[in-house]
Amino acid sequence: MSTSTETIEQFVNREYQYGFVTDVESDAAPRGLSEDTVRLISRKKGEPEFLLEWRLKAYRYWLTMKEPVWPNVHYPKIDYQNIIYYSAPKQKTDGPKSLDEVDPKLIETYKKLGIPLREQERLAGVAVDAVFDSVSVATTFKGKLGELGIIFCSFSEAVKEHPELIKKYLGSVVPYTDNFFAALNSAVYSDGSFCFIPKGVKCPMELSTYFRINAVDTGQFERTLIVAEEGSTVSYLEGCTAPRRDTNQLHAAVVEIVAMDRAEVKYSTVQNWYPGDEMGRGGIYNFVTKRGLCKGVASKISWTQVETGSAITWKYPSVILKGDQSVGEFYSVALTTNYQQADTGTKMVHIGKNTKSTIISKGISAGRGQNSYRGQVKVMRSASGSRNFSQCDSLLLGDKCGAHTFPYLEVKNTSSTVEHEASTSKIGEDQIFYCRQRGLSTQDAINMIVNGYCKEVFRQLPMEFAVEAQKLLGVSLEGSVG
Amino acid sequence: MSCRTSTADPVPRADAAFLAAYEQLEQRDAMAPSWLVALRRAGNAHFGELGFPTTEDEEWRFTNVAPIAALPTHSAVKRDVGFDELERFTFGQMPVHRLVFVDGCFSSKLSSPDLGNEALEIYSLKIAMLSGVDWVRKHLGKYARTDENAFVALNTSMLEDGAAIRIKSKQRITLPIHLLFVSTSDQAGATSHPRVLILAERGCDAHILESYESLTEGSTLTNAVTEIAMEEESRLEHCRLQQESTKSYHVGTVQAHQSRSSNLVTHSISMGAKIARVNINPVLNAEGCECVMNGLYVVDGDQLVDHHTAIHHAKPRCNSHEFYHGILDGKAQGVFNGKIFVRPEAQKTDAKQTNRNLLLSDEASIQTKPQLEIFADDVKCTHGATVGQLQEEAVFYLRARGIGKEAARRMLVHAFASDIINRISIEPVRAELDQIMFDLFEREPGE
Repeated sequence: MSTSTETIEQFVNREYQYGFVTDVESDAAPRGLSEDTVRLISRKKGEPEFLLEWRLKAYRYWLTMKEPVWPNVHYPKIDYQNIIYYSAPKQKTDGPKSLDEVDPKLIETYKKLGIPLREQERLAGVAVDAVFDSVSVATTFKGKLGELGIIFCSFSEAVKEHPELIKKYLGSVVPYTDNFFAALNSAVYSDGSFCFIPKGVKCPMELSTYFRINAVDTGQFERTLIVAEEGSTVSYLEGCTAPRRDTNQLHAAVVEIVAMDRAEVKYSTVQNWYPGDEMGRGGIYNFVTKRGLCKGVASKISWTQVETGSAITWKYPSVILKGDQSVGEFYSVALTTNYQQADTGTKMVHIGKNTKSTIISKGISAGRGQNSYRGQVKVMRSASGSRNFSQCDSLLLGDKCGAHTFPYLEVKNTSSTVEHEASTSKIGEDQIFYCRQRGLSTQDAINMIVNGYCKEVFRQLPMEFAVEAQKLLGVSLEGSVG
Repeated sequence: MSCRTSTADPVPRADAAFLAAYEQLEQRDAMAPSWLVALRRAGNAHFGELGFPTTEDEEWRFTNVAPIAALPTHSAVKRDVGFDELERFTFGQMPVHRLVFVDGCFSSKLSSPDLGNEALEIYSLKIAMLSGVDWVRKHLGKYARTDENAFVALNTSMLEDGAAIRIKSKQRITLPIHLLFVSTSDQAGATSHPRVLILAERGCDAHILESYESLTEGSTLTNAVTEIAMEEESRLEHCRLQQESTKSYHVGTVQAHQSRSSNLVTHSISMGAKIARVNINPVLNAEGCECVMNGLYVVDGDQLVDHHTAIHHAKPRCNSHEFYHGILDGKAQGVFNGKIFVRPEAQKTDAKQTNRNLLLSDEASIQTKPQLEIFADDVKCTHGATVGQLQEEAVFYLRARGIGKEAARRMLVHAFASDIINRISIEPVRAELDQIMFDLFEREPGE
């Protein structure tokens, strides 16, 4: 057991690797939230009237709402008047036209994170829309995508160039009335990504966005909108790291996906934001609303997430299976250590006939982490012949952590089948013994077992992310049980 | 609980009738010993604070008890019931220690003549409380908490009658103990709050059957609470059978407290009532406890049946197994919520939970929520829930042997129910329930 104690300690004391602050002057709005703040954000971004109206409606609705208390997470009350709702990196010109024009300090930040934009442009075949705080600084590969008719740009750019698409789809999946944090996001969202795949186009590369939070006390309110037209296919990647902080930061993002007939959207996330120190101080509050709408026949939306960061994660990527024969998938690995809390899961709403959904959730709790799976499978009367399979497993490392499972299954017709399975366990001594007997060290054995445990999810990730995810878990989990 | 908004509205509370009933009881029952008055008062205070739950309360999200709150609650008008009327509830007059309660009040006339012997003490709770039986006073109200569940608080505030059973140390009771609760009133709002206290002393072994029946079709309310205290190495089988009329309302709570190496088997069979809610909460409070919970709900029409079970693993090396099956037809709604709590010190816990549901009609619905809350690391906990149809393979197997599709289907539905019924060890009860299931599902129409 001594190895395990030692490694748990190592693991618990592990410093956040990406904790640094880039010294960039921020062009920030004053603290606090009011109609004036909303107007200021809208004006700064030069938005059309309909968007301002929409933001204001969302703000007014938000005022009538109460912060939800049902998630299984605990945190001090957030003072919404003590947050800076808008900050843009100061720029010499109005907008960079190439990477050379981008603030060298920003480029430096990305280099520290291991995302050299220039190299990535050529090597990885990944178009990166890098969001630094709230304004997009650079978008690569745009031209190449443009040839196919794919629009992949920052949200504010999309507002300027394709207002008709924004007007049509914004809020169509997550209306501003949806929940407290979605309403807040709708009112003050600063930027994000927009992606439109035209009819019949298969996107030739993985689209990816790197989010980063910088500047002290800046709330980050991202808005992502992905529209996949009939018969199109796209795989979208999102990865996150953030510098270390002492005060908690709020992150309330909204992601909306619309998939038309036979369209396929795959959305993958690796989230590694600052989780707070070993005493549970600081860290990001990650309150995200992610939802996909399978609008067309035989459309498919797949969410894959690897959640290792954030002090608190509160996130339920969902799929509304409206089109007949549509498919929804959710694959998740969530890791909580130290004082991290995660309340995450999914919602599958079966409306169309013969719709299918799969949920695979793997929770890992260590230290004093609290990990909750909360999922809902709802089969409406109209969804005859629907099928769901859910499996949520929890792995407990150490005796001070907790694993919680809250699945809701609601079925309203006879021809559908819903199955839910869950288990909670630790790594068995017999398993370790078996591996050791065959010459593996305890650490290697644990690494292997944990990796095997998460395999089902990692397999869903695009290659680059699978490597990154495995690395992330590897650092955290090696030998933390004995 | 924190979800409820406290509004100081001037309109009278929806549960005013229930609060008034308490006032009446307090005045009427001047003879009550002071400890009982204090217990009732505490219950009433908590009920006043909690009020009837709303669907905003997570525990009651799918079960709206507004129709219960709106009942004009009153004690049923005393009615003379003859034994012939009850014969059909006696499982073919099976030999038992029988206590009969008519609208919540003990009837010595209808009960077995010689209750209790050197192995067993059985009292009507009213008598036990008034004569100040020591162990009743010591255990009553100690397990069922009034500050969490409004219905337990309400039952405690109206504590008047019921059963008190003590199985003495090392005694093996072969005859089952049958508590028969009948509602006789056809008046809306006729209410009974029966209370059962079971003390299973060290090393004893007994079988207890609680059955809830109606003689007429009335919107009556039965709000029952059973407290079970199990000492070391005791064994108990507790069977709860609810077949009240489909116009009535039934709320029941079973709170069990287990000591070292005790073994509890509970069955909850729910077929009756318009709205039925059963809470079963065993606390495994010492090492080596075992707990098996079986349940079957069979509902039709516009019935709603809700089972909430919560197993608390508080100490190491305890096992719990839970099997609940549901069959829903018509526009019936089913709710199942099974919680397993494993506290930090409860290492080596082995907990299994299964909930399976069959929907026989497109208008029936089921909400199932198997929930695990685990704070210890060296545990094995699994749960599974399914909703769906009969297994195609099973139907095929039978058809391959020359059984028609319809007949195969009926046979399998019956078997699905029998899976749970067969776990009951009291033979006449098992046989009768199996017959009921056969008549419901397998018997050919017109046979």
